[in-house]
Amino acid sequence: MSQTGLLSIDSVTMRFGGLAAVSEVSVHVDKGELIGLIGPNGAGKTTLFNLMTGVYTPSEGFVSFDGNSLNGRKPFEIVGSGMARTFQNIRLFKALTALENVKIAANIHRQASLFDVVLRTPRLLKLDAEIDAFSRDLLAQLDLADVADVRASDLPYGLQRRLEIARALATEPQLLLLDEPAAGMNPQEKAQLMGLIRQIRERFSLTILLIEHDMKLVMGICERIYVLEYGKLIAEGKPEEIQKNPKVIAAYLGEETE
Amino acid sequence: MRWLLGRIGVVVLTCAILLVANRLIIDNIKEYYVSVLVLCGLYATLAVSLNLINGITGQFSIGHAGFYAVGAYVGGAWTMLIRPLVVKSLPILQTGTQIGDHLNLFIALVLGTVCAGLTGLLVGLPSLRLRGDYLAIVTLGFGEVIRIVILNMDVVGGPRGFTPITELVNNHGIPLVWIFGLLVVVVAFSRNLLKSAQGLKFLAVREDEIAADAMGVNTTRVKVTAFVIGSAFAGAAGVLYAHCQTGITPDSFDMNTSIIITTMVVLGGTGSISGSLLAGIALTALPELLRNDFIKEYRMVIFSTLLVVFMLTRPQGIFGHREIALPRFLRRLGRKGEPNP
Ligand SMILES: Nc1ncnc2c1ncn2[C@@H]1O[C@H](COP(=O)(O)OP(=O)(O)OP(=O)(O)O)[C@@H](O)[C@H]1O
Ligand SMILES: [Mg+2]
Repeated sequence: MSQTGLLSIDSVTMRFGGLAAVSEVSVHVDKGELIGLIGPNGAGKTTLFNLMTGVYTPSEGFVSFDGNSLNGRKPFEIVGSGMARTFQNIRLFKALTALENVKIAANIHRQASLFDVVLRTPRLLKLDAEIDAFSRDLLAQLDLADVADVRASDLPYGLQRRLEIARALATEPQLLLLDEPAAGMNPQEKAQLMGLIRQIRERFSLTILLIEHDMKLVMGICERIYVLEYGKLIAEGKPEEIQKNPKVIAAYLGEETE
Repeated sequence: MRWLLGRIGVVVLTCAILLVANRLIIDNIKEYYVSVLVLCGLYATLAVSLNLINGITGQFSIGHAGFYAVGAYVGGAWTMLIRPLVVKSLPILQTGTQIGDHLNLFIALVLGTVCAGLTGLLVGLPSLRLRGDYLAIVTLGFGEVIRIVILNMDVVGGPRGFTPITELVNNHGIPLVWIFGLLVVVVAFSRNLLKSAQGLKFLAVREDEIAADAMGVNTTRVKVTAFVIGSAFAGAAGVLYAHCQTGITPDSFDMNTSIIITTMVVLGGTGSISGSLLAGIALTALPELLRNDFIKEYRMVIFSTLLVVFMLTRPQGIFGHREIALPRFLRRLGRKGEPNP
């Protein structure tokens, strides 16, 4: 692994019964990169995210992050080591407010014991105040301060997507995994989202891995792109190379890009 | 250390209020109503403790009476079987004196609570890893297993029942103080949990387990913690129940009891502490006070029907996840009177 290597996926395979949703895929991400992951529906993109974040354990192959193997580690441990994600079909804590959603994630580096919680010790009050300030500040940075006390399920769709990003950022990740963050957005919202992604990348010095169907968005923002089809990696390279790659064109031929 | 003095102050003040209230109640209220109060306090504790598991953490346990039974029998076993053996070397444990009675009950409480909590760990650890309805089935089965085990244990009387300490029963004041003390503790515990950002982890597990996991919440640990603490509180309630009855039998802890407690939590609103508290009191007091033969006879039918209807139409209960806050209620009342702007 190179000096700046952050994530390395080493010929990973994931089988569900007879179906190999991901087969022998290798991906390498350096610190500070913004990488795109594209492919037709059912290509195995989300499954790859699930393998990286510990939802599934690979049938074969290895995933390592920041120099440590992730095989067999639980999702909550992996997010603690600096890799956070958003979900393709939004999974906010619906009945809780935007602020509470962020606070839950902010807990991760500020844990108190049950003893502290029950007796409301000074240590707890300090931690609670810290979490509150940190979470409100984060919401403000993502232009969500006005809706801090709104229930997540009452937020408009675009803000829900944004809150998911805020919640992931609250775990203070090095690597942010975004699973189709622009799904269901109109062109204007998409442009705004692109701006936001660039902005948080700078501000939090993030490495980002982005799944996206919208070619224009991916080509416009990513430095390198991986292409999956039927669970296999069919191409990898700079946007302009990917655009010309005949395999990629074939994979997307007749495929409605949303 | 100032905070510590503050907390101790709150505890002392609460104890003082409880003791005074207890005196007033014993002196002025008929014995029958005192026994209704005792049941209200116990069931409110059971409902609030089950709410920790079912409401706040979003699991579905329907075997709470099993932990209630563990506490009752362990507490009773201490007082009736073990204490007489140690009392020779420790005369302070002699019942009949204020100190002796309180100390004795305290030891019974500690033992019953710890045993019920450990049983909760034993039941919860394997079953809470699984998702969905497994927990309901496991806890339902566990409740019955406990009852049948007790039924076959001769040392604690088997089907004939078990007669815990009569001195404490006659001296009603002592269990009553502890019962309401326990209720205060379980309510304060739940409230402090929900008031802290740390407690949000429990709600996160209820809302979306996969997302909670992905946000760094150790979901298994949170669920087991809630389950063990809920069980331990039920055990404590059991100890006190055993010490204010002339006898306990395995029948006091059957599935009906579990269903009644579950109904209280569901009606009061899953996740609402004040809702469970009120439902616990109301559903205990109403059937007793109405003294209506129809309600007495068909109580279980009514409760089960209510439970099913609510689960189908309003699973979040009457109050939902919200707390009943007096100030907000008064404000709303005030606003009603004003003309619309
Ligand atoms: N838990 C599972 N059990 C069985 N099959 C699964 C499971 N998860 C995913 N699959 C299958 O694996 C394949 C890849 O799914 P995946 O969700 O990773 O695709 P995707 O590239 O994210 O597609 P989309 O663009 O639609 O989100 C699909 O055929 C899917 O049905
Ligand atoms: Mg997907």
